Amino acid sequence: MSSPIALYLTIPLVCLLGSLITGLWGHKIGTTWSHRTAIAGVSIAFVLSAAFALPAVLNGHDLNATIYTWGYIAHTPLVVGFLIDPLTVIMMVVVTFVSLMVHIYTIGYMRGDPGYQRFFSYISLFTFAMLMLVMANNFLQLFFGWEAVGLVSYLLIGFWYTRETAIFANLKAFLVNRVGDFGFILGIAAIFTTFHSLDYATIFAHAAAMKSETLAITAGASWRLITVICILLFIGAMGKSAQMPLHVWLPDSMEGPTPISALIHAATMVTAGIFMVARMSPLFELSPMARSVVLVVGASTAFFMGLLGMIQTDIKRVIAYSTLSQLGYMTVALGASAYAAAVFHLVTHAFFKALLFLAAGSVIIALHHEQDLRKMGGLRRYMPITFITTWIGSLALVGIPPFAGFFSKDAIIDAVSHSTLAGSDYAFAAVLLSVFVTAFYTFRMLFMAFYGEPRMDAHTRHHLHESPWVVTVPLVLLAIPSALAGMVLIRPLLFGGFFHGAIFTLPANNVLVGMGRHYHGIMAFMADGFLAAPIYLAFAGIGTAWYMYIYRPTVPARLAARWHFLYEVLRRKYGFDELYIDGLAAGARAIGRFLWRVGDVQLIDGAMVNGTARLIGRLAKLGRRLQSGYIYHYAFAVIIGLFVLMTFFLHHI
Amino acid sequence: MVSLSDYLILAAVLFAIGIVGVFLNRKNLVVLLMAIEIILLAVSMNFLAFSHFLWGASGQVFVFFILTVAAAESAIGLAILIVLFRNRHTINVDDLDTLKG
Repeated sequence: MSSPIALYLTIPLVCLLGSLITGLWGHKIGTTWSHRTAIAGVSIAFVLSAAFALPAVLNGHDLNATIYTWGYIAHTPLVVGFLIDPLTVIMMVVVTFVSLMVHIYTIGYMRGDPGYQRFFSYISLFTFAMLMLVMANNFLQLFFGWEAVGLVSYLLIGFWYTRETAIFANLKAFLVNRVGDFGFILGIAAIFTTFHSLDYATIFAHAAAMKSETLAITAGASWRLITVICILLFIGAMGKSAQMPLHVWLPDSMEGPTPISALIHAATMVTAGIFMVARMSPLFELSPMARSVVLVVGASTAFFMGLLGMIQTDIKRVIAYSTLSQLGYMTVALGASAYAAAVFHLVTHAFFKALLFLAAGSVIIALHHEQDLRKMGGLRRYMPITFITTWIGSLALVGIPPFAGFFSKDAIIDAVSHSTLAGSDYAFAAVLLSVFVTAFYTFRMLFMAFYGEPRMDAHTRHHLHESPWVVTVPLVLLAIPSALAGMVLIRPLLFGGFFHGAIFTLPANNVLVGMGRHYHGIMAFMADGFLAAPIYLAFAGIGTAWYMYIYRPTVPARLAARWHFLYEVLRRKYGFDELYIDGLAAGARAIGRFLWRVGDVQLIDGAMVNGTARLIGRLAKLGRRLQSGYIYHYAFAVIIGLFVLMTFFLHHI
Repeated sequence: MVSLSDYLILAAVLFAIGIVGVFLNRKNLVVLLMAIEIILLAVSMNFLAFSHFLWGASGQVFVFFILTVAAAESAIGLAILIVLFRNRHTINVDDLDTLKG
């Protein structure tokens, strides 16, 4: 084993080691050494990713190596292998960086929690799983990482397992992800039957040859195989990246502690679906229909989930719906073949969304675990660092130049406008309107939490103070890339060919090339931004939020009363929960109850098991009447039998 | 001259009497044993008739066996009857239905 592989192997394994030590011996080594161990592991992973893997890939030393073959199915090897290319490396750096920030922040947020060591064990395990997912060079390892992050997500949403709501939420997350994973594993199975391989490189090399293969799913209609595969894989991505209609688990996952909301449900795990589709770009490129589906699903998620964020009163739920909306943006970019733009937005979003979540967590600590925006207000005087970093995060999320979100979001909107795919007009309208919506709910949250009159009780207000340094340092460290990452990364990521070899785009679909031709530096890009609609929509959103929550705070209630029906639709989240819980789940339970009552109790137990016994009993009751016990009856039967037999034989012989 | 068929008819009549004795007798177990003896005699009569008309001795030998077995059978039957009477104080056939299902 040569040395780069050993170093790459170290990156996930130190996280696993940290997780095992804090998990198994956490109570022996105490809280301080637990967080030291876990943070040391993630720090090593981050340093190796940023200082070794990133330069290596930048110098063109991509790696695609099998490390260990642990089994065979027929002649297909099952391997642990790493594919280290630009796409992987950027994910590794982002994951380990955000994870490191969250590890540090957790020291402050989880102080005094009885599950302190367990929490560190989980988040280190999560980092390990996510790294295995992004570094995989085959579908089996991808699936391993995919399921492992799902498992850790389940464990962390239900971290406070004595809460009824947390248990409900983690079960919901797990079940909804099962639906997505079912599609995903069907997709992997379809790939395996088509290509007889699980290895990325082999599959991508043969993908073009399979372009015109068809598959008859329903009678009369034949589907292109590649479309079926892509849609199945995308169903997996819909589950993990919480796209409509499999988005329902993400808002509820806010039951978990805030650090993991930041780490898993905003910055990293939910981006696994986006990453996977980008990784599968050679397949998705071959199927315009699958990309149309991706585009429409993403656009719907971006717009409709953003609308829901406008009426939430729980600070974490506002950010959760914003995450859904932003994931929708990334999905739209994937559908428009602008994979690089999707990954770019993934990166900037990871920074500013982690920042916003951690800032919200900081507010929650200060208010003694109060999450209701209606009981906040006026916090800017008490928590200056949180306040400023939230401003930066909000500006980045809304997409105001020169903050990071502006570049990535503008690139996506631009890419969609260039797309000629079916549904791209709808997608363009949706993402454009979402800009307004995003600006509105983000600044609504900011204004409600930090401006206006304090609405908390006197006791809490008396104790208000800025959070400790372990909380504020990650905020500041995340605020820096939230502000700058867009400017620094736009050129290499979008137009510099950074992803050359990692992401494949057909020349005909390559919208980014067209955009690159008009790209003349950051300043020009920003100047162009001021000539386009999105930025004015963003300002309009901010202005509306200011009008409704600072200038005339009575307006929202009046609007809600006036548009009661619309408000109710939004408050009920379009009825998805009702559909799933009262419709699908209750329906499945009703079928189950029917099968139990009728099929099991009546048919199997009643008719078949006890029924045969009863039938035999009845026959026996008839039969025993023959047994009179009188010897002459038996003798008579013998004689009659003898006569019958004799007659029979005499007639036949 | 008495023909073979006369003997056979006699044997058949005896057999029928025996059978009817078994079936119609509802009162007395001793009568039932006697009816069985009559059936055996009917069979013996057949043997003797064929033995006489076919000029063979084996039929008569068989009859000796049957008589011996019938005697033994009667002895055992009467012994069982006595034990039965001691236990149940009756030899009424209609009362002997312990085998009823």
